[in-house]
Amino acid sequence: MGIISRGFSGRSREHNPDLPPGQFLTTDFPVLSAGPTPRIDTAEWSFTITDESGLVHRWSWDELLALPAEDVATDIHCVTRWSKFGTSWRGVSLDTLFAGIDTKYAYTMVYSYGGYTTNVPLADLLGGKAWVAFEFDSKPLDPEHGGPARLLVPHLYFWKSAKWVRGLEMRKSDDPGFWEQNGYNIYGDPWKEQRYS
Amino acid sequence: MSHVDGNALAGPFSELFAIDITDAVGRCVSCGDESVLARAMVYLSGTDLVVRCSNCDDVLMTVVHSPSDLRLTLSGLAALRVPL
Amino acid sequence: MAIRGKSSGTRDAPIVSAVWKVGVVASTRTETPTGRSIQIDVPGWGGNLAGQHVDVRLTAPDGYQAVRSYSIATASPTDRLELAVDRVPDGEVSPYLVDDLLPGDELELRGPLGGWFVWRPEQTEPVQLIGGGSGIVPLMAMIRAHAASGSTARFRLLYSVRTAEDAFFSEELAALASAHLEITWVYTRVAPADWPTPAGRVDSRILESSTIPASESPAVFVCGPTGFVEAVADALVGLGHTAASVKTERFGGK
Repeated sequence: MGIISRGFSGRSREHNPDLPPGQFLTTDFPVLSAGPTPRIDTAEWSFTITDESGLVHRWSWDELLALPAEDVATDIHCVTRWSKFGTSWRGVSLDTLFAGIDTKYAYTMVYSYGGYTTNVPLADLLGGKAWVAFEFDSKPLDPEHGGPARLLVPHLYFWKSAKWVRGLEMRKSDDPGFWEQNGYNIYGDPWKEQRYS
Repeated sequence: MSHVDGNALAGPFSELFAIDITDAVGRCVSCGDESVLARAMVYLSGTDLVVRCSNCDDVLMTVVHSPSDLRLTLSGLAALRVPL
Repeated sequence: MAIRGKSSGTRDAPIVSAVWKVGVVASTRTETPTGRSIQIDVPGWGGNLAGQHVDVRLTAPDGYQAVRSYSIATASPTDRLELAVDRVPDGEVSPYLVDDLLPGDELELRGPLGGWFVWRPEQTEPVQLIGGGSGIVPLMAMIRAHAASGSTARFRLLYSVRTAEDAFFSEELAALASAHLEITWVYTRVAPADWPTPAGRVDSRILESSTIPASESPAVFVCGPTGFVEAVADALVGLGHTAASVKTERFGGK
């Protein structure tokens, strides 16, 4: 450990029962990324779910927006330690997208424009736990925050809420995505502080 | 914050290598580009880093700091040439 | 872990050290409404090359640590070095360094770091320095090294700031401005009264009229916020500079 810096306390880490362990509360919305921001035209955008037989279920932007959407108010927690309470999104629930899909596989690999990947168990996408979100704070989702659309899985660390999402593929096993291959936890529960593998 | 560049690698890599990584030339596995690592694009995520080829943007390296260890993934670097 | 001292070879390799050293703040000086320079004594420092940086580590009483990189404004062979820090809105480390740090306080530093974005007095080609905001800091080390060494290499500086009061080292730069250091000031938000040009960002036209042309093969150093550095570097290549002759250091941000 280093020498104590007189008068330095860093971000406030006072005990707050609504904060997962090791997090601090922020009112801004930091932009963190593993790579450059892709610029995707909604005319070319699509979201696909590929099942174990190779069957591809595909939605264009207009088709996504024609589906029933939900307003979501939730707290979000980033592995870099910031948490933001009461964020508001609008998106299509993964329950809606999976409604016509038959799968025996229990895991998914999520893919983004630009090459980012992350793995999420199917059980963590269903039951009202995840959305393909296209609005933040009642405005179209900004590219630097993942627009046109990102995955939103707020009960896990926010690296699982893949920005610029373009689809997911059913997997038989919990194969690690980008950060998971490089040292992050395979699951990422902020309440158990599952940051690293 | 947006990205920075490979000059930012000097400190974290001083824990791993005795040489100056910013002045080392890395060859990208994807496109074959050979550039000094100071020119690589570096995306900071807290204490973790993603280092990308300045020519093709593919990932050269990642550095993840956990409380107990430093994990370096070098899979995008085909080779490293270090001036002596 | 290997700790490498000064190279004994023919190439003057930069000193690389992985050890955290403890420095003591000797003094501070307000530079701008959001920034100040900090003079630090580090026993055993042994000097650094112009353009190098340090990592500064702060530790809270509960053991929490934060590390940030800062360019060194000096290149003196003594044990005293100078940093200059601009307060980042909602920052974690810079507000402490700009507002709270006092003479007598200890500061942990790792370095000197980085041997690529460096100017050595042995270099004889003309040098064009282009800084945005706090990007002036490593360039200041180069300017000071140039003056101290008696180098006759042509040095030009283009310094882009929002307003005149946002400039670091403004008095020293004004004093150094001469045939040996030509300075062009660019004000992006508010220009001083009587300034001949309206406020505006650095663009190809300004670069073409105020920097050493590509035909003279200058070594170019560009430092500042990422967006500034990339726009300037792209424009320089557009004006004929080779990409290899333009060295860049991005501080992040827009």
